[in-house]
Amino acid sequence: MKRYFLSFLLVLGSLGIYAQIPNGSVLIQNGTVLTITQGTRKNTDVLILEGKIAKIGTDLKAPKGVKVIDAEGLFVMPGIIDAHSHIAIDAVNEMTSPVTAEVWTGDALNPFHISIYRALAGGVTISHAMHGSANAIGGQNETIKHRYGVTDPELLRMKNATRTIKFALGENPTRVHGKYHNVPPKSRMGVEAVIRNAFEEALAYQKKWKEYKQQGGNGIAPEYNLRLQTLVDILNGEVMIHCHSYRADEILMLMQVCEDYGIKKICFQHVNEGFKIAPELAKFGAYASVFSDWWAYKFEVYYSTAYNAAILTNNGVTTSINSDSDELIRHLYHEAAKTQKYGELSDEQALAMITINPAKQLGIDQRVGSIEVGKDGDIAIFKNHPLSIYAIPQMTLVDGILHFDIHNDPDDMRVYVNPEEDIDTANFDDHGHDHKCLQGLELFLGEK
Amino acid sequence: MINRFLFTKLMMALLWCNTLFAQNPKAETGVFALTNATLYTVTNGVIENGTLIIQDGKIFDMGTDSSIPAGAEVLNCQGLSVYPGLIDAGTQLGLKEIGSLQETRDESELGEITPQMNALTAINPNSVLIPVTRVAGVTTVLSTPSGGMFPGTAALINLHGYTPQQMFAGFKGVILNYPSSAKPWWDKRPEKEFDKEYKQKIKRLTETWEKAVFYHTLDSAYQAAPSSAEKPSYFPEIAALLPAVRGEEPLLVEVNKDSDILKALAWVKQHRIKAVFTGVKEGWRVADSLAAAKVPVITGPVLSTPSRGYDRYDKAYANAGLMKKAGVKVAIRTSEAENVRNLPYHAGFAAAYGLGKKEALEAVTIVPAEIFGLAQEMGSLEKGKQATLFITDGDPFETKTQVKQVFIKGWKVPLINRQTLLYDEFLERSDQVVSPTK
Repeated sequence: MKRYFLSFLLVLGSLGIYAQIPNGSVLIQNGTVLTITQGTRKNTDVLILEGKIAKIGTDLKAPKGVKVIDAEGLFVMPGIIDAHSHIAIDAVNEMTSPVTAEVWTGDALNPFHISIYRALAGGVTISHAMHGSANAIGGQNETIKHRYGVTDPELLRMKNATRTIKFALGENPTRVHGKYHNVPPKSRMGVEAVIRNAFEEALAYQKKWKEYKQQGGNGIAPEYNLRLQTLVDILNGEVMIHCHSYRADEILMLMQVCEDYGIKKICFQHVNEGFKIAPELAKFGAYASVFSDWWAYKFEVYYSTAYNAAILTNNGVTTSINSDSDELIRHLYHEAAKTQKYGELSDEQALAMITINPAKQLGIDQRVGSIEVGKDGDIAIFKNHPLSIYAIPQMTLVDGILHFDIHNDPDDMRVYVNPEEDIDTANFDDHGHDHKCLQGLELFLGEK
Repeated sequence: MINRFLFTKLMMALLWCNTLFAQNPKAETGVFALTNATLYTVTNGVIENGTLIIQDGKIFDMGTDSSIPAGAEVLNCQGLSVYPGLIDAGTQLGLKEIGSLQETRDESELGEITPQMNALTAINPNSVLIPVTRVAGVTTVLSTPSGGMFPGTAALINLHGYTPQQMFAGFKGVILNYPSSAKPWWDKRPEKEFDKEYKQKIKRLTETWEKAVFYHTLDSAYQAAPSSAEKPSYFPEIAALLPAVRGEEPLLVEVNKDSDILKALAWVKQHRIKAVFTGVKEGWRVADSLAAAKVPVITGPVLSTPSRGYDRYDKAYANAGLMKKAGVKVAIRTSEAENVRNLPYHAGFAAAYGLGKKEALEAVTIVPAEIFGLAQEMGSLEKGKQATLFITDGDPFETKTQVKQVFIKGWKVPLINRQTLLYDEFLERSDQVVSPTK
């Protein structure tokens, strides 16, 4: 497959075409199709043409030259979407200030990460490559498609996805800035103040530009400030907040701030105590993206419950299950299944947590997250039902192109091999919980 | 209509009384009869429509024609299955409460050679993590110290009891972190410096072991003739190695990289050590050597990423199965504290990726019991063994399966914990929902 992609890119290169998003056509036959939004359809075919789902039905014919995948006895579901991850980026935290709205993980994309392939091998086709949680207002995130094999970072981007930005409350920003650098915030009160101050500064900045423009551009233009402009974009609803948060009080605080500044859309990330204020989250229309069962790795997640997703769902909050981990991202289908142990959610509800719900949270539900005509040809095919512990992903397609095939899966799937790397190099520390979110902290603090 | 309404009201009043007077249900013991059950014995196949009698903390009787003792509490298990309690052969449960708070962590002591650090000393029977774990059917865990080369002595505990001694399940074992030749990603020192330290560690390991063997000679002479031989002086870190030196208990050797596994095999052979290897993440690379040496393995976490960028994505899932196929005796662990409850899922992934369901169940029941020398007491449903078992409505590895009851040494343990209490309280809050704004 790797070879296929390299030659594909060579061909593109020779034609002088740059950054053309690759797509494919394929007919998936006779599978049990879990559409997510339109029920389960047995013995059904899905036809993908030029990267888009063209037809869903029975006895569909493959147009000439279109590859056929026999999915008899297999389960066909939309590609899994991870609303919180840090794979495929070379930098996670810009922890030099409590407010860093000007930075963007999209500037640090790395298409060579093997974790992209490993996520594909778990049926995941889209992830939200997020900034870390060191700052009250962190950097902007990038929603990526797992087009593994491309070498141009541009080709990883999901074009025209809703812009999002990372916020963070509680222990992480107060530790990094208050505790270690004596700069507010040092408390949850300080976090609120930092965010409100930033929004006020943004309003003043917006006013200056408005006045300048009202004067027909006469006089001296205000100095352009990317940080403040990004905050203005949040206030204008162009950038959606995805906020790292755990405790109920801090979540209520940010909803109040949003209400005060007229911000309508927000997705809380982790939100371990969301279950305590599920009715308030539902009333506000806030989204929640949670772990299936992580807890106790720090004090603010000690009063957690694995029933969080079920309580939120039953109270009407659109909820997703995320990974925040290059290990967990490989079995999100299993993480979603835990909502059946903890809260007895239905198959449809459990599967929505890793498909259409994260799609809504990323503002891409019109294009992905279910098997519907017109949507992207992002598909995961499983042996055994994806919510079963015995589920084994068989094939994963992005834009109609087969990126993972268990029957054509050489051990070494690296696209780029560092010639200086020792073949004997091995890693035995699995990253701990909440590790990735603070990646970079050890350098910043001069600690190990 | 009215009658039904009244009936409902009455029932609700009754329920309310119940909750009022039974706020903290406690574990109960006595005589229990589990009837009409499918008994997954692990060692003797599956018994359909069976009865299992629990008395005096043991499996008093079991089979298709067991008579129910008078006064027994009968639990009708129609449509349900019974399994022996799951054993997690490597955790930090009871030693570690909140990951980021040092004050709540006791699994690691200062120093390189500290085998006298006794896990059982620091087990917190009231850890909030314990009830969260046992409702998943995980009844027994090995709690392991971590840190230096000989970080301490691990203890096997049952997840019920008021004191560590009550919880103690009969096995203690010294841990050796076999020196690793793999430089961790966070270690930014130059290769040379790392290598130098690695060689020093290997040297120190053998020196320490030779000291312990010598101490054993002195101590044995003294034990044989306390009046004539001199009592060896107080040397706790060396004395703690004696059970392993004497082969009374296996030495638990943590080792993961292929080349290190081979070196560790040679080392335990050279010193004639009865060893169990733990971790063994790259065991699949050297499975034949492990099998030939007849060294049992406790492997895990199964849910982890491959150790090398060029390894197949599923190697960590497949490792247990590949070793088993080569003839290695394999138990599975989580290496977790708060999420030891996921042991069935680690076993389930291993099952799906080559180990097989039967073997995976053995890897979390009878195999660890055998490794700890406790197969006469636990690890399967057999007459005379401890009544440590759980009842489910399905395959214990399947994610949606619910655990209906847990018994630990004959104690019927309430299926509640902080996480279920929070669920009960917050699924439907009793207040009127108010807007976040005023």
